[in-house]
Amino acid sequence: MRAEARSGLFLTAPYAAFLVLFSLFPVGFSIVLVLLKWDLVTTPTFVGIENVQHLIGDARFWQAIVNTFVFLAIHLPLQMIIALTLAWALNRPLFFRSFWRAAFFLPVVISGAAVTILWSALYATDVGLINGLLARLDLGPVAWLTDPAIAMPAIAVMATWKNVGFYVVIYLAGLQNVPRSCHEAIDLEGATVWQRFRHVTLPLLKPQTLLVVMLSTIGGFQLFIEPYIMTGGGPLRRTLSIVLYMYKNAFSYQKMGYAATLGLALAVIIAAVLVVQRRVIGSAEEA
Amino acid sequence: MRRAAFYVVLALAAATFLYPFLWMAATTFKSPAEVGGLSLLPDQPTLDNYRLMWTRAPFGRALVNSLFVATTITLSVLVFGSAAAYALARLSFPGRRILNAITVGILLVPAQLTLIPMYTLIVQLGWVDSYAALIVPFVFNATAILILRQFFLQVPRSLIDSARLDGMGELRILFTVFWPLAKAPLALVGILTFMGAWNEVLWPLLVVRDEQLMTLPQLLTVFSLGGGAGPRQLATKLAATMVLVLPVVAAYTFLQRYFIESMASTGVKG
Repeated sequence: MRAEARSGLFLTAPYAAFLVLFSLFPVGFSIVLVLLKWDLVTTPTFVGIENVQHLIGDARFWQAIVNTFVFLAIHLPLQMIIALTLAWALNRPLFFRSFWRAAFFLPVVISGAAVTILWSALYATDVGLINGLLARLDLGPVAWLTDPAIAMPAIAVMATWKNVGFYVVIYLAGLQNVPRSCHEAIDLEGATVWQRFRHVTLPLLKPQTLLVVMLSTIGGFQLFIEPYIMTGGGPLRRTLSIVLYMYKNAFSYQKMGYAATLGLALAVIIAAVLVVQRRVIGSAEEA
Repeated sequence: MRRAAFYVVLALAAATFLYPFLWMAATTFKSPAEVGGLSLLPDQPTLDNYRLMWTRAPFGRALVNSLFVATTITLSVLVFGSAAAYALARLSFPGRRILNAITVGILLVPAQLTLIPMYTLIVQLGWVDSYAALIVPFVFNATAILILRQFFLQVPRSLIDSARLDGMGELRILFTVFWPLAKAPLALVGILTFMGAWNEVLWPLLVVRDEQLMTLPQLLTVFSLGGGAGPRQLATKLAATMVLVLPVVAAYTFLQRYFIESMASTGVKG
């Protein structure tokens, strides 16, 4: 064998072994697990489609799906509007521009667990900052995390605070790619800033918008540490997420087969939602 | 006048993102009576919350664990990942095309699908409560390899050929020729990998139960779930959170350009 081929194999053999063990095997085994009932201690039992049947009739699973859509319904619009507004604000010569940008981006680099604990303190009913501010305005305390109807929206707001800085940077890059000629042409026709924005800039930002929507959606379906720390999935299971439910099944209930079924279902749902979003928002070339 | 108003609004917006951190820091120095107040300067500052936090759970140990795990993973991804990326970009060998295809394909697989099978694998290997469980599954990273491979493809062949003529082996070429040129993508991959490993919490929560082996975000999570919700507990939990947040904020203050550019560049491609 040529020396180059030998070197190539030598340099990639560890990587190939890694892929087999930690990528290919898990993907294949996940399908196998769906057909099993296994607590990791006793020998697994083959149960066929029982896990899938249980999933379809599992009220907790469907509640988790509904919860995720509640989350997305609030998080996605907030994310897009705020990110776009801040990016538009930054897209001009400014004093301390990198300071503003760094401020918006700071929560992005902080660990999700830390952000969640911080916001648990902000949302605390009696000693929280937010209710403290409301009290100054003579407004009553709000049960942010213990009211079933408010808990998930509260988490959605926190998630927006944490991630919007990332999308500000994305939109900002997109805005800076909008050619000056577009702006100038519309200016000549005497259009307002809003009209110019809506009919010229916004369509040109379709790739960025698609990215914001898709990444935020994936993030929404992957919610775990937020409900885990903040609410444990309550109140009344209204903040239960699929990943949290999956974790409980594996770690607490020792139901590996069912947990793997949840994982597979989640992967399928995410794929389906992303496909629909891509269709609705349209591909970048249509701008 | 309009300009001034604009900056005021901008400052308010920035405050929304910065003030909670300042409030958290201030609260950690407050006694239970003052917790919950809006002021940023406690009337009677106290270190009790930090003392309590430090003695209740092994945060020092967790900090060391996180540093060890994140650093090992990052070094591994950079060294072994660039070796694989170099081979995939510049060497021809049987199986190269399949390896490339699988690397790209892996990125399409959602993490949730492989989470449970990987957990069962760790249990079967007897790696529960071990550093191996925290490190080995992350020793290679497909995204990193793709980024590095993309960069290596652009290095002119002539550099490799002349190095080979000088009698250099492939590894020497990688580290003496390619690495100096690849400072930017290596830094990018380094930051992304380190931050990812540092903040990872779901995986440790699955494979580690021993408090002495927990990573910092994991111990923080476990710690925050215990105890009550009174003002003293709140302040103590926030004190624990400060241990996790301060190093990152410190690094971020000096390196924020690198953080932003690396983390956002994966999304800013067109």
